Amino acid sequence: METVVHNHWSPLLGRLWWDAIPQEPIVWATFAVVALGGIALLAALTYFKVWGYLWKEWFTSVDHKKIGIMYMVLGLVMFVRGFADALMMRLQQAWAFNGSEGYLNAHHFDQVFTAHGVIMIFFAAMPFVTGFMNYVVPLQIGARDVSFPFLNNFSFWMTASGAVLVMLSLFIGEFGQTGWLAYPPLSNIAYSPWVGVDYWIWALQIAGVGTLLSGVNLICTIVKMRAPGMDMMKMPIFTWTALCTNILIVAAFPVLTAVLCMLTADRYLGFDFFTNDFGGNAMMYVNLIWIWGHPEVYILILPIFGVFSEVTATFCGKRLFGYSSMVYASLVITILSYLVWLHHFFTMGSGASVNSFFGITTMVISIPTGAKLFNWLFTMYHGRIRFELPMMWTVAFMLTFTIGGMTGVLLAVPPADFVLHNSLFLIAHFHNVIIGGVVFGTFAGINFWWPKAFGFKLHTGLGKISFWSWVVGFYLAFMPLYVLGLMGVTRRMRVFDDPSLQIWFIVAGIGAALIAVGIAAFLAQVGYSIWKRDELACGGDPWDARSLEWSTTSPPPAYNFAFTPVVHEIDAWDDMKRCGVPRPTGGFQPIHMPKNTEAGIILGGIATVFGFAMIWHIWWLAGLTFAGMIGYAIFHTFNYNRDYFIPADEVTATEAAAIGQFAPAGA
Amino acid sequence: MSAADHHAHNDHTHDHDDHGESHGSLRDYVIGFVLSVVLTAIPFWLVMSGAIADKQATALVIMAFAVVQIVVHMIYFLHMNTKSENGWTVMALIFTIILVVIALSGSLWVMYHLNHNMMPMTAHDMGQLP
Amino acid sequence: MNATTMDTMNTPKASPEQLTAAFYELEPHHHPEGASTMLGFWIYLMSDCLIFAMLFAAYGVLGGNYAAGPSPKDLFELPLVALNTAMLLFSSITYGFAMLAMAKNQKGATIAWLLITAVFGACFLGIELFEFSSLIHEGATPMRSGFLTAFFSLVGTHGLHVTFGLVWLFTLVTQITRKGLIQANKRRLMCLSLFWHFLDVIWIGVFTFVYLMGMLR
Repeated sequence: METVVHNHWSPLLGRLWWDAIPQEPIVWATFAVVALGGIALLAALTYFKVWGYLWKEWFTSVDHKKIGIMYMVLGLVMFVRGFADALMMRLQQAWAFNGSEGYLNAHHFDQVFTAHGVIMIFFAAMPFVTGFMNYVVPLQIGARDVSFPFLNNFSFWMTASGAVLVMLSLFIGEFGQTGWLAYPPLSNIAYSPWVGVDYWIWALQIAGVGTLLSGVNLICTIVKMRAPGMDMMKMPIFTWTALCTNILIVAAFPVLTAVLCMLTADRYLGFDFFTNDFGGNAMMYVNLIWIWGHPEVYILILPIFGVFSEVTATFCGKRLFGYSSMVYASLVITILSYLVWLHHFFTMGSGASVNSFFGITTMVISIPTGAKLFNWLFTMYHGRIRFELPMMWTVAFMLTFTIGGMTGVLLAVPPADFVLHNSLFLIAHFHNVIIGGVVFGTFAGINFWWPKAFGFKLHTGLGKISFWSWVVGFYLAFMPLYVLGLMGVTRRMRVFDDPSLQIWFIVAGIGAALIAVGIAAFLAQVGYSIWKRDELACGGDPWDARSLEWSTTSPPPAYNFAFTPVVHEIDAWDDMKRCGVPRPTGGFQPIHMPKNTEAGIILGGIATVFGFAMIWHIWWLAGLTFAGMIGYAIFHTFNYNRDYFIPADEVTATEAAAIGQFAPAGA
Repeated sequence: MSAADHHAHNDHTHDHDDHGESHGSLRDYVIGFVLSVVLTAIPFWLVMSGAIADKQATALVIMAFAVVQIVVHMIYFLHMNTKSENGWTVMALIFTIILVVIALSGSLWVMYHLNHNMMPMTAHDMGQLP
Repeated sequence: MNATTMDTMNTPKASPEQLTAAFYELEPHHHPEGASTMLGFWIYLMSDCLIFAMLFAAYGVLGGNYAAGPSPKDLFELPLVALNTAMLLFSSITYGFAMLAMAKNQKGATIAWLLITAVFGACFLGIELFEFSSLIHEGATPMRSGFLTAFFSLVGTHGLHVTFGLVWLFTLVTQITRKGLIQANKRRLMCLSLFWHFLDVIWIGVFTFVYLMGMLR
């Protein structure tokens, strides 16, 4: 296919012109479906008059629970988009044999694999873990909200803004064709002259601001807002892993911000950070971005380890084995994750001493991770295991993640990496840990905390269909990639010459189709459960669980706890249940809460337009929106009136209505 | 720790600072200012006058001055102490310093080795490669 | 575990009322507004510190790549840098005086010292812009070499921070004028104090590693 040259620029519209509409029937069809679906959704929202409700109760809400749920919805939508990309790749690779070009041209295929990686990491996995942390952490530590509730809302809208830009790139212009980390020189202006890389830059930059601020917010929340008596070594493990994760976020995302700024300067201003000439150094980019990139891996998996810890302890009916070793393992992983980044580019050529140092640190980091696995196993040992859905996902995780971890240690050996790097073996490895870890953990967490968030359980039968499709589908989809990788097949290939490879790709494609069934079953599970919510209704503590979020009602009231609980033990709620502590039924007082604000969504909206203007070189609009953001943010600081009191009567009424949720189990 | 926090905040009055924050005193600021003027002036003088003939030694000396001056600023201007916020600020600072050291020295080490291995400048260097 | 909790209450069989009182904070404490702000802002500064660390790392790696262009010795004027450093140091102590005035609730003095700080900050920026423009006139643009790219980015990012600090400072002056030295404004002044002194610390790194050590190359 010949390359299309886009060199139109006008002062009013920048690079935006008719040629920004992709010349791809597949994209047109997608657009038609999305547009029809979107119009139908908007019409339905208007018809049922829910705009006001959405705006007042959700979009402008500073309630950490609602923001957490919005993160999960965003993650789910983007997860489906990213999975569609995955299906397209599997189909192309199963098809393009024996001289066939498949159905995707190179320009399109390169965008698909780039978008898949970017979306799954930044806009599916990150919102999932941030969503869990947002929802669960304040409840687990007995707090009424996070430290900075407005900032929390703003962070969400910045993340959403990044996601909007990525989605826009599908229909207006193009996305990057560089792979998910956009290595220069390929991502430099000379080789990626049009808007693809710019979409990537600005989507990540804007979403990154949100991620960083939500990291600061959650650290402060955990440090400053714990219930009385909950000292550090009495915090639930999920809160501990959330603390470690947010420390990692605050320490790693600035690195991404800085690197993106450097690439931006190269592309927009002709700087020479990563250019081939004038003393630039493209390998410096690879070095810097992995200083962010490796901690990012642990940002995703640590909170999920926390989810599994909570689930295992709850469904085995006993205290987590080795609480303090779990805490120290998380802390060790937090530090060590900064010492392994070079294993992502062993083959760059730094030589034996550098490679051996980073090879050894990489192997060392598997020790605390292994300790965690043994802790979960010992928790199960002699436990009364209830194989409810969250526990099933946990067991699947333990098996799958161990395989992925072991192939990771294989790749940590530099000479082995020289053979396996950039191959499908690597692809299989990291999907093995990310799907086996983060995705399984997300499903465990959703099934576990859904009853808390909505007051009814998710349907078990459909959940089991989803579970088995996912697990079997995963193994079918990725075990062939290990084999192909060992045969030497490299990643990101669009067509293949060797017909003997095709059968493996077909098996992998069948696996992906099975995963699609798993996703469909999950969506059906959610829909069916909402429909049958009265039959599935549950009280405040449906799983006989152990930490404080289960001591309040399901769903929790806006203020979370009418009276702040006092903690005496690890597993505070379990302690309260065993002591038979009666719930307070009177004497409620007014509760001080933050007010909702529209500042977050407005700033997020302006940021989206700013990003769009920068991508398309519409300088006047970029200047205007940038000034608008600063101006509006300053304007917002003039609002000193940001809180209100929930009257005692209202608290009394809410608590009285929920009294049935804990009788008789709580007494 | 958190319980202690709570009781420290028992005080309902809004008009005085109960955050355990220190504003420093006039004495602190003056000491800090004088020290930093001295600690700035000496390195500038060392470089501008070339007082130490050996450049490497000069570099080490001015780096030492920079480190001392950073500590002075931390104590006298930023009022760092191990007590504020139950030590969390100092902990955050130490963690950040560790990461800055790892990232800076790591990057320099990695890139130096890369240049050394991948960009042999002379035929002699070429011959030294494995 | 059960036993230990019971022990802490010193009664083998506590009454339901006692249990409720032991496990719930029945007399709620008022959480002072903004109790987390200083810690949160400090954590934000730590993350900013890492942005600068990356720029220092880039300067460390690219700082010797002159691409046959000018080197630090050809470009840097140490007297100018010394003057600039003095401006920043003066602004630091005047900000300190503003904080002392704030602690004594002297609204007028606080604003006056803030404005003096702003003058020094603006002088710093002016001198930096003068330096940049003379470099660019000599042909030493950021596009000229890896060294100049890294130099302009590092020093420029610091300058942008100072600019942002000035915008914030004037916003605060307006807010203090309108609302007085209320708790919220004091908290904001303390955050800006951290920010301003933090930029000073970064500048120590800049003049040492970029300017002084550049002259030693």
